[in-house]
Amino acid sequence: MSTATATPARTYSSYSAPLWKRWLVTRETAVIVLTAAVILYSLANVPNFDGPLTLKFLLQDIAPILLIALPMTLVIITGEIDLSVASIMGLSSVLLGVLHDAGMSVPAAALLALLAGLVCGALNGFLIAYVGLPSLAVTIGTLALFRGIAVGLLGTTAITDFTEKWADLATGTIGDSRIPLVMIPFAVLAVGFVVLLHFSTFGRGVYEIGLNDEAAHFTGVNVARTKMVLFLLSGVVSALAGIYFTLRYGSARGDNATGYELQVIAAVLLGGVSIFGGRGRLHGVLAGVVLIGVLSSALRLESVTVNVTNIIVGLLLVASVILPSVLGWAGSRLPRKASAAPAGPRPDKDAATADV
Amino acid sequence: MKIQKRSTALAAILLTATFAFAGCGSDSDDGGSASDGGSGGGGGDLSITMLPKNLGNAYFDTSTDGAEKAATEIGAEFEEVGPDTASPDAQVSYINTVAQQGKSALILSANDPDALCDAIDEARSADVKVVTFDADTNPDCRDLFINQATAEGIAAKQLELISDQIGGKGEIAILSASANATNQNAWIDMMESELADNPDYADIELVDTVYGDDEDQKSFDQTEALLQNHPDLKGIISPTTVGIAAAARYLSDSSSKGKVALTGLGTPNQMREYVEDGTVTSFALWNPGDLGYLATFAAAALVDGDITGAEGDSFDAGDLGTFEVGADGVVLLGEPFTFDADNIGDFDF
Repeated sequence: MSTATATPARTYSSYSAPLWKRWLVTRETAVIVLTAAVILYSLANVPNFDGPLTLKFLLQDIAPILLIALPMTLVIITGEIDLSVASIMGLSSVLLGVLHDAGMSVPAAALLALLAGLVCGALNGFLIAYVGLPSLAVTIGTLALFRGIAVGLLGTTAITDFTEKWADLATGTIGDSRIPLVMIPFAVLAVGFVVLLHFSTFGRGVYEIGLNDEAAHFTGVNVARTKMVLFLLSGVVSALAGIYFTLRYGSARGDNATGYELQVIAAVLLGGVSIFGGRGRLHGVLAGVVLIGVLSSALRLESVTVNVTNIIVGLLLVASVILPSVLGWAGSRLPRKASAAPAGPRPDKDAATADV
Repeated sequence: MKIQKRSTALAAILLTATFAFAGCGSDSDDGGSASDGGSGGGGGDLSITMLPKNLGNAYFDTSTDGAEKAATEIGAEFEEVGPDTASPDAQVSYINTVAQQGKSALILSANDPDALCDAIDEARSADVKVVTFDADTNPDCRDLFINQATAEGIAAKQLELISDQIGGKGEIAILSASANATNQNAWIDMMESELADNPDYADIELVDTVYGDDEDQKSFDQTEALLQNHPDLKGIISPTTVGIAAAARYLSDSSSKGKVALTGLGTPNQMREYVEDGTVTSFALWNPGDLGYLATFAAAALVDGDITGAEGDSFDAGDLGTFEVGADGVVLLGEPFTFDADNIGDFDF
C-alpha cells in the first residue's frame, strides 16, 4: 500500500483515523464484544453453564478448530482458501492409527502423520502457488483425494487401542485447572502466527497479496513462496489437529472430522476476515471460534436441537457478512461529509469492505 | 465509524433475539432437578436423557416413543438429544452435556464401541447412570446394556416362522448378506445345527445358501436364481433387511407368489406392502419401542438404587414384566418380535 494503486477497490485500514479508533472500532472488536456478551448471558441464564466441566469440554471441542483457524486465516487473507484441511485431519488420523497398530510408538507415528500433512500441504501449495491453479478447485479436488486415501487405507473400521498415557494426554488438563493440555501447543502456535501475520514482513506480504497480488509482486513480495509456505503450514497444522482429534476420541477413522473445513471457514469469516482477501486479524478469528463454540455449548445445555443450533450459527455468519455491506450501501445513500470516505473515487464500494 | 456502530447494534439485536428464543427452552428445565439429580439417593427427581445414534431416524423415533412412555409411567423428566449424523465424535458432545447438566441417567445407542468410553467415564464420575441399547460400548464403560435379541433367539425364531409357513416339511434356502458377515454366519450355523438336531424339523431340508451382499439388485437376482435352481423350493429365510425386501419384491411379481414362503429379519416399513398383498405372512425383528421402554425402566432402577447392574439383579419393567441382569451387565429384551398382518399397522420405522 506504499504506492497508490490503480484500483482502490479495497482498503485495509484508514491510517488517517486516530490510533485508538483504528484499534477499537473494528469488526474484530464487535466480535469480541459479542462473544463476551454471549458468555456473560450464558453464565447468568443457561443452567449448568457455570458448572465445573463446561470450560474443559468447551476448549476440548473447539481445540481442532482453533488450531486450523490459525493458518486458514492467513490463507484466506491472501485471497486463497484451503478446503482440504478436514481431509488432512482424517488422513493423519488414519496414518496414526495404522502405524500405531503396526507396532510404532505414538510419538513416532504422530511424527509421520505430521509429515503426511506437510506432503498434503506441499501438493496443494505447489499446484496453487507454482502451477497457478485456483485454490478453490485444487482443494476441492484434494479434499476428495485425501479423504479417499484415508478411507481406503482403513476401510470403515476404526483403530481404537492407543497407548493409555498418550490418550490421557489428549484429554488431560493442565494441573488441577480446567484448561486442557492441548491449549499449550495451541498457545505457542497462536503466538507464532500472530507474530508472523501482524509483526513481520512476511505478514505484510500476506495482506498485500490479498489486496492485489500483482502489485504485491512488484513491491518485492515473493507471492508464490508466500502461498507455498501458507499451504505447508495449513497441511501440517491440520495433521496436528487430526492427531489431537484421534487421541481425544481414542478412535482413528477415515471419516474423522468430516465437514470440519466448513466449521473452520465459518469461524474465520465470522471473525472478520474478508473472503476476498486483504483484511482480517487473528484475534477476531479466535473470538469467532470461541463464539461458535460457546453458542453450541450453551444451546446444547438448553437442549436446543442441533438443527436449530446450525440455523442460529448460519444466520449469525450470514449476518456478519451481509451487515457491513448493507450498512455501507445504506450509509452511502445518506448525505455525508466528504471526508467520510477515506480514499478512492467510489466511496460506496469502499464502505462495503473498509470497516475503519 | 457510523457503519461500525450500527452493525454492532444490529448484531446485539440479533443476539438478543437468539437468546430470547433459546430462553424459551430453558423455562421448562427450571424445575431445577438437573443440579441435584445426581446427589439424591433415590426417590428424588429423576431426569433421563436419551441419545440415539442420530436424530430423524424412524427406528430410533420408535425407541424414543417407548422410552417416553416409560418415563411418563415412572414420572421421570425425559428428553431426547442427538447429532444429525451418526458419528462418535458428535455423540461425545452430547454425553459431555449430560455430565454438565448432572442428569440422573443417560440411555444411548453407541456409534463406536470404544470412542465414547472417555466421555462416558466422565459422565459416570459425575454420577450419571449409563445404559446402552441397540448398540453397545465396551462392557466396562457402561452400567447396563439392553440387548434386543440373542443370536440363538434370532436363529430359532426364523426357523419357527418358516416351519409354520411351509407346514413343517419341504426344501428351504437361505438368502444371506455377504459370505463373511460374522453375525449372519453365526445365525446360519445355528440354524443348520438346529435343523439337524431338532426332530420337529426332520422333514425340512436346507438345500442352498446364497449371498446378496446386502445389495438390493444382487439379492433380487439371487432370489430369481434360487427359484430356478430349486423348482421344489418351499421357503426362503433371509436374515437381513435388504435381502428380505428384495426377495419379497421378486416374489410379489412372480408366479411363485403365495407358493414359496418368505421370512427373515425385516423392518415394517419395508415389508408392509408385501404383507398386505399376501407375499409374506410374517417376519421377525425386535420391537424398538419395547427396547426404549425397557432401557428407561432399567435406568430408573439404577438411579433409584434398586439394582447396581450386577449379574442376578432383577427389576420391574412395567408392562413388560420383570427382568434379570445377565452376565456382563446385559439385559435381554426377549425373543424377536413377530410382525404380521395383524400388527404391522402399529409400527412406523
